Amino acid sequence: MASTPTLEFEKPISELEKQIDELKKLAGDQRIRVEDEIAPLEKKLSALRQEVYRNLTPLQRLLVARSPRRPFTLDYIRLCFTDFIELAGDRLFREDAAIVGGWARLEGETVMVIGHQRGRDTKENLRRNFGMPHPEGYRKALRLMKLAEKFHVPVFTLIDTPGAWAGLGAEERGQAAAIARNLFEMSQLQVPLVATVIGEGGSGGALALGVADRVLMMENAVYSVITAEGCAAILWKDGKSIEMRERAASALKITAPELHDLKVIDEIIPEPVGGAHTNHEASAAALQEALIRNLEDLRKLKPDKLVRRRREKYLKMGQWAE
Amino acid sequence: MAWFRKEKKPRAPRTERLEIPPDVWEKCEACGHTDIREKFIRSFNVCPACDFHRRIRAVEYARLLFDENSWTETETDIRSVDPLQFPDYAARVKKARGVADYDAILTAHGTMAEMPVGIGIMDFAFMGGSMGSVVGEKISRLAQRSLEKKHPLIVISASGGARMQEGVLSLMQMAKVSAVLSQLAERRIPYVSILTNPTTGGVSASFAMLGDAILAEPGAVIGFAGPRVIKQTLGQDLPEGFQTAEFLLDHGMVDAVVHRRDLKATVGRLLRHMSGKPAVAGWTTA
Ligand SMILES: [Zn+2]
Repeated sequence: MASTPTLEFEKPISELEKQIDELKKLAGDQRIRVEDEIAPLEKKLSALRQEVYRNLTPLQRLLVARSPRRPFTLDYIRLCFTDFIELAGDRLFREDAAIVGGWARLEGETVMVIGHQRGRDTKENLRRNFGMPHPEGYRKALRLMKLAEKFHVPVFTLIDTPGAWAGLGAEERGQAAAIARNLFEMSQLQVPLVATVIGEGGSGGALALGVADRVLMMENAVYSVITAEGCAAILWKDGKSIEMRERAASALKITAPELHDLKVIDEIIPEPVGGAHTNHEASAAALQEALIRNLEDLRKLKPDKLVRRRREKYLKMGQWAE
Repeated sequence: MAWFRKEKKPRAPRTERLEIPPDVWEKCEACGHTDIREKFIRSFNVCPACDFHRRIRAVEYARLLFDENSWTETETDIRSVDPLQFPDYAARVKKARGVADYDAILTAHGTMAEMPVGIGIMDFAFMGGSMGSVVGEKISRLAQRSLEKKHPLIVISASGGARMQEGVLSLMQMAKVSAVLSQLAERRIPYVSILTNPTTGGVSASFAMLGDAILAEPGAVIGFAGPRVIKQTLGQDLPEGFQTAEFLLDHGMVDAVVHRRDLKATVGRLLRHMSGKPAVAGWTTA
């Protein structure tokens, strides 16, 4: 991941990290004691991370959420679950690697896990279409959810996509219908459903995995009806400048605390100071704890009550006056 | 049936047109055909020369589908707020309310072909038919009324998608309406979705594509990603006819492309099939 570009506002952090690494290397090579020098630097690093991350703007959060250094769906599957067996294909047209899913175990119990999967390098991103599904991806996801329902197994979804794919094939094969069908079926699935936005939750492509009894969000994840770039381009004819993207990102209210206030999400999962990418294991541990706890509550409900509560929750969504 | 009108064959433009004052003429946006306004209106605002379906307002669809004087508008008090304090949103809504006081959807109940129904009609003139909380809530209440009364539901879509000024709340309306439609399905209450030009974005990816029958008006642009966005992504022109109603029919995404003059008869027949009612003589030969 050395080739991953550092985010602008993270530069002071990465410079300090480099300094510490060099000192450690020097110590290793020349057997010099440097603990006395490293300790204050590490203290400074931790303070700096806290400082930078406490003051992230919505656009900066969006950039963090998109960072290829963050844990992806398959990372969380590896770290939170055991015994994962991936299931491929929608049985209709083809396999879509932008969404992965399969049987797994959480604390030894079988569950179904489904999530968008981005790539870390160009080759993987081409294969996974940058985590932007075609209709086949949504249909595979639905197939797996229905499979889970058949065997009375709860479903966990992990959301991490810039959005649906704007391409000819995706339209030809009915991505609107595919997304709509998922929303429809997820609203009445007879097993517990917990969705977590782990990175970028982009529009309909995200929502197609996002109708759930509980919707959780990682602290630095974002969730939006349109990208900040797209919004700025439509409203202010400028989707490129930092100023306009910042304006759109903050106007759209895409961060976890804002969405919690709007009652769109139920819980924010804390990330390690400095973001999930600084410590995949700690992030996964926090996610795992939240998934176990939320599932425990939902398991107590009979299917009809579960579905009734889920529907009631969505029927309340929105704000209006009368 | 009183509501049933026979197709009128378009006649050639009359030669005495110069004697008629200029403000009664209408010109077709698609082919340039000029005719007296009355004739456009009589043909449901479909061009008599080329069949181009002009955009019409929600109230005109209500008059087209409901039996005469049978319908009452519902949820007239509900209006959009500005939950995100989004730049310029409040002002834009205020301005749009001058165009339509029912937000981007008119909801009504009444009878259609003598069957009690609820109909929701989106209006593109109100902020591009964008779906915010009010659109979601109005459809949801209309559907709940259908649940209670066991009346079929019809929704006519005309929308560029979710209303971005309401952020994720507008995205959630897709889930909300889909959830209430699943209740309708559970109780076997028929739902017919009619797609008009355009039906894109969040509306297409929720209730528009969930009908027990999905009908589209000729030439309507229908898709999730708008044609401009796709063109931008691909960096090339789109194939001729891409994302039109006819394209969707070919690709198995809609049940039928229906001329506006046949819309009421088609929906009526579909609903009678799905509600176990006998056919009505004369309807089958539109
Ligand atoms: Zn014409």
